[in-house]
Amino acid sequence: MEEFATLVDALIYTRSRNEKLRLIAEYLRQTPDPDRGWALAALTEGLSFAAVKPSTIRNLMMERVDPVLWALSRDFVGDTAETASLLWPELIGETGAPPSVSEAVERLGAMTRVSVLSELPRLLDRLDADGRFALIKLATGGMRVGVSARLAKTAFAQAFDVAVEEVEEYWHGLAAPYPELFAWAAEGADPPDTENLPLFRPFMLAHPLDETVVDLKDYVAEWKWDGIRVQLVHAGGETRVFSRTGDDISGSFPEMAGALTIPAVLDGELLVQGSHQGGEAGGAASFNALQQRLGRKTVSGKMLADYPAFVRLYDLLILEGEDLRALPWTERRARLEALMPRLPADRFDLSAVVDADHFEHLAEIRMGARDEAIEGLMLKRRDSPYVAGRKTGLWYKWKRDPLLVDCVLMYAQRGSGKRSSFYSDYTFGCWDGDPEQGAELLPVGKAYFGFTDEELKQLDRYVRNHTVNRFGPVRETDKSLVFEVAFDSVHASKRHKSGLAMRFPRISRIRWDKPAEEADRIEALQALIRD
Amino acid sequence: MAANFSWIRAEPHGIHVVPADCWIDPSEAVERALVTHGHADHARGGHGKTIATPATLAIMDLRYQTREGAVPVGYGETISLPGGVDATYIPAGHVLGSAQILLEHAGERVIVTGDYKRRPDPTCPPFEVTPCDVFITEATFGLPVFCHPPVEQEVGKLLKALRDHPDRCVLVGAYALGKAQRLIAEVRAAGHHDPIYLHGAMERMCRLYEEFGVGLGELRLVSDHTKDDLRGSLVVCPPAALNDRWSRRLPDPITAMASGWMRVRQRARQRNVELPLVISDHADWGELTRTIAEVDPAETWITHGREEALLRWCQLHQRRARALALVGYEDEDD
Repeated sequence: MEEFATLVDALIYTRSRNEKLRLIAEYLRQTPDPDRGWALAALTEGLSFAAVKPSTIRNLMMERVDPVLWALSRDFVGDTAETASLLWPELIGETGAPPSVSEAVERLGAMTRVSVLSELPRLLDRLDADGRFALIKLATGGMRVGVSARLAKTAFAQAFDVAVEEVEEYWHGLAAPYPELFAWAAEGADPPDTENLPLFRPFMLAHPLDETVVDLKDYVAEWKWDGIRVQLVHAGGETRVFSRTGDDISGSFPEMAGALTIPAVLDGELLVQGSHQGGEAGGAASFNALQQRLGRKTVSGKMLADYPAFVRLYDLLILEGEDLRALPWTERRARLEALMPRLPADRFDLSAVVDADHFEHLAEIRMGARDEAIEGLMLKRRDSPYVAGRKTGLWYKWKRDPLLVDCVLMYAQRGSGKRSSFYSDYTFGCWDGDPEQGAELLPVGKAYFGFTDEELKQLDRYVRNHTVNRFGPVRETDKSLVFEVAFDSVHASKRHKSGLAMRFPRISRIRWDKPAEEADRIEALQALIRD
Repeated sequence: MAANFSWIRAEPHGIHVVPADCWIDPSEAVERALVTHGHADHARGGHGKTIATPATLAIMDLRYQTREGAVPVGYGETISLPGGVDATYIPAGHVLGSAQILLEHAGERVIVTGDYKRRPDPTCPPFEVTPCDVFITEATFGLPVFCHPPVEQEVGKLLKALRDHPDRCVLVGAYALGKAQRLIAEVRAAGHHDPIYLHGAMERMCRLYEEFGVGLGELRLVSDHTKDDLRGSLVVCPPAALNDRWSRRLPDPITAMASGWMRVRQRARQRNVELPLVISDHADWGELTRTIAEVDPAETWITHGREEALLRWCQLHQRRARALALVGYEDEDD
């Protein structure tokens, strides 16, 4: 555990990507199995322990530290794991040697909701503050050490001099601590057998178009649908639905898992049937409808009937044992179109190509896209192969312009992580009538990004100097600052006092110049609801 | 004793000793100032009379040319002020010249600690526990998460980084007054005798420390040397210079900072620090609470820092306490 804790800290303090790669690679080379496999799983967020929740840590601390001192400390430090690691009362005398990563993982895995309360302390007692921090991060998931799963895999490839694409390919079929992967990369054994496994293949991703102008002779346009990106895989008699991050979400969408019976890997957008998207009957409902289906472990029959899912396909990676990824988009598209009649029509349709004469024409089409409740356009290079990740020049996303509304800052809260100590989470509101006539502000949303580091410092100072009330960690401000808030859409919501919920709100501009009375009224937002 | 203490008042810009019309560490220019130590948030220029230890006066003179009106008081000495107030200067262990000030009036004893620590420091005499009725304590690191590790351990990390990277240099950001000299003295005590390179802004203060008998070994100015000279060396600069253009002249520096705030990872990250060194000249939580228990005053007044947590601790331990709202005492770089 000490070596792992040292690695975790070194990664936190290192800014250079190359240095991070070097640190991880060195650890992977020098650490024995299975410790290094568990560490790799932790870094790629591949570990979870049902018995250990952030609330478990809080509860353990409450038995050991005064709750007020805990709250003040947690607020200052901005991270539960770190606060707990620093406040854990150290035993005097013999506490036993620090556990290895494997021992810690084994013990954590065996803990229950009850036994965790006595067993986790025993592990923490054997570690120093840095070790406790690493252990709690590992146990609660989410290391947040500035290392993406992709970076960790790249480091693995670098450590053993293998291709990162191959690592990605095998990765999803294997479980931590990945003995087959280390045997192959470090000891030259045969690669893991993945032929008949329903494995996730890394998605091809798009860059924002920004100022780029493309020639439609080279690029084809498709709608960018407002659903969730999924990959459907059928292999070895099993079907899986994977999310954008490679999570298996088959359980949430059993109707989709049953709909694909041809050995293939498909890429598309998961949507809920309705009349909204695509315009014609058999189109999709808004994202709000889809949201009813997300994040559920089990799905009731009523859910399935009220919000039936389907996938709008736009790419075909593998078909009946043939890997199509190296082919140009035009050929993959032709193969996909040919496949459509063999798929059940109530569960699959084809994402149509958007015809435009030239780029300016396409820009006009995009401007009109709002009514169709779609996110914008995709531009795909006609000759591009299907490659993992975000490769410049192949795929672009061209989102429609966001909606804007002027809101007034009402409450602020300190951020966590990089922004600990800064008041960086803002709740803002719109007027429920004429502010001259004594109308009040209703909170309409929360945002914590969209501003620069410099602006964050100014906002932090502003909040501290304009606080009128404090509720625990929350500061109420004097409601004098206007934010121009950008958002993708707004929906009716019973959960909020204002009766609406914004999707993806962010601070677009800070209007230091604008008087708060001139911010928008709630009607402005209500007029934009399309459910 | 029915504590009264109405003769001493906490005002926004300092502590006012009413019968003597004196201010302790005032943040504005006043007729008569009692100064605990030379840091800029406690010691300001422009007072009519400045009453402080000889070392603090020398530091203030270096910074603000305040020779005029300087009244020196040595450790253990008592000065009589108007209105029947006696002031005694007692070592605080914070930096060279730093003192607690014991005020006595009408049979009541009040101590203003200024900034202090309880750990040994080769550059100044240690804090002395002195009984009093009111103990006015700082609370810069007044949260239980702050537990400064032994300084040898942190110096060890620094020297290891030097050994591991003979082609680079280790650049440590440290307060120009106090932290820099303590760090250098501790590095010397750990057996490192190579020349240490200084940012120009540090030179005069280091010389002043040497005049007061604190040996710092061979010091050189970065500006007199080439990039190659600095490879494998320790370089010390003020925290503000760490990520400044100034540091571009250094050979691939490993950025370090010596500060109690380095205990919290994200604080170190916010300063872009790669090698955090938890070295502080302030008392940590354990020192603060132990000191209150040892001094055992009738009342504890808490100022600049995280007053709320220390106030809570006092409540939990059945001690009378209150927080003072003084402005202008910030120690973001310690």
